[in-house]
Amino acid sequence: MRSIWRTLDRDLARDIGLVCVADGVVGVSFGAIAVSSGFPLWLPMLLSLVVFAGAAQFMFIGIVASGGNPVAAVLAGLLVNTRHVPFGFAVGDVLGGGWARRIAGSHLMIDETVAFALAQRDTERRRAAYWACGVGLFLSWNVGVVLGAFGGTAVSDTAVLGLDAAFPAVLLALLLPSLREPATRRAALVGVAIALVTAPFLPAGLPVLLALAGVLAGLGSGGRTKRTEVAGR
Amino acid sequence: MSTPLVLVLCTVVLAAGTFAFRIAGPLLRSRIELSPRLERLMAVAAVVLLAALVATTALLEGHEFAGFARPAGVAAGGVLAWKKAPFVVVVLVAAGTAAGLRLLGVP
Repeated sequence: MRSIWRTLDRDLARDIGLVCVADGVVGVSFGAIAVSSGFPLWLPMLLSLVVFAGAAQFMFIGIVASGGNPVAAVLAGLLVNTRHVPFGFAVGDVLGGGWARRIAGSHLMIDETVAFALAQRDTERRRAAYWACGVGLFLSWNVGVVLGAFGGTAVSDTAVLGLDAAFPAVLLALLLPSLREPATRRAALVGVAIALVTAPFLPAGLPVLLALAGVLAGLGSGGRTKRTEVAGR
Repeated sequence: MSTPLVLVLCTVVLAAGTFAFRIAGPLLRSRIELSPRLERLMAVAAVVLLAALVATTALLEGHEFAGFARPAGVAAGGVLAWKKAPFVVVVLVAAGTAAGLRLLGVP
């Protein structure tokens, strides 16, 4: 673990710190919203510790609070979290060997940690960014949720702070280096189009998965030979 | 509202399912050797997923248009990121733009 902190330079640490602060504030709002919706204090805390996925947590709380079936809420949350399967294939080598690291590292797999890891140049930095972001966000998110649950409605509306715009901006900034590559950019653009066209009609989580079809658009880049090679696998 | 027992059970199932999704990739990857080509494909897939996530969270709230303030903030941040502005500036301008527009009454 020590080498991770050595690899982490000051700029990267500051960027990760900023995301931790922003997500911590969203955590405060999650705790506050859950408790003010009538849930017991422990529920947002338990969810944040064992699920640790903001979008799915908000969805679960929202569905149950509005009188929806809890089983439907679980299924909706699971659908939103399905994207972690392809994420795991992309960053699986970053976690490091051994069961402890694999289990802990998997639990810390969220949009931000994956994006921070993908934005780094070499394996060493990828690993450092992934773990620092994961541990930092786990702490700030859970502390935020506890504060929100006890502190009530101080920050129940993060839209006033513009934090709903900060989350996509964080991911976009981290993706841009990858998007400068033409084949990846083409794949992403097709994926975005698919997600946006289907999103108004499909349950949350599904449009983003369908976007994966965009990967095929990136394959065509190298001409015919590449395509047949992949098809022949 | 649901009883505490139901809530705990639902939370445990959601957590277990989410963890299974998360660990599937790292587990399978430790068992099979991936070709560099396939490895690259996985990275592209993650970028595509995240890009779709950026677009949907920037523009939509549930099934509906999220209003102008949020996408305007994300766009402002995106332009700055494209111009290689520091990450901190990108994030603060994105949030500040959205918050400022709302203060002016833009939805």
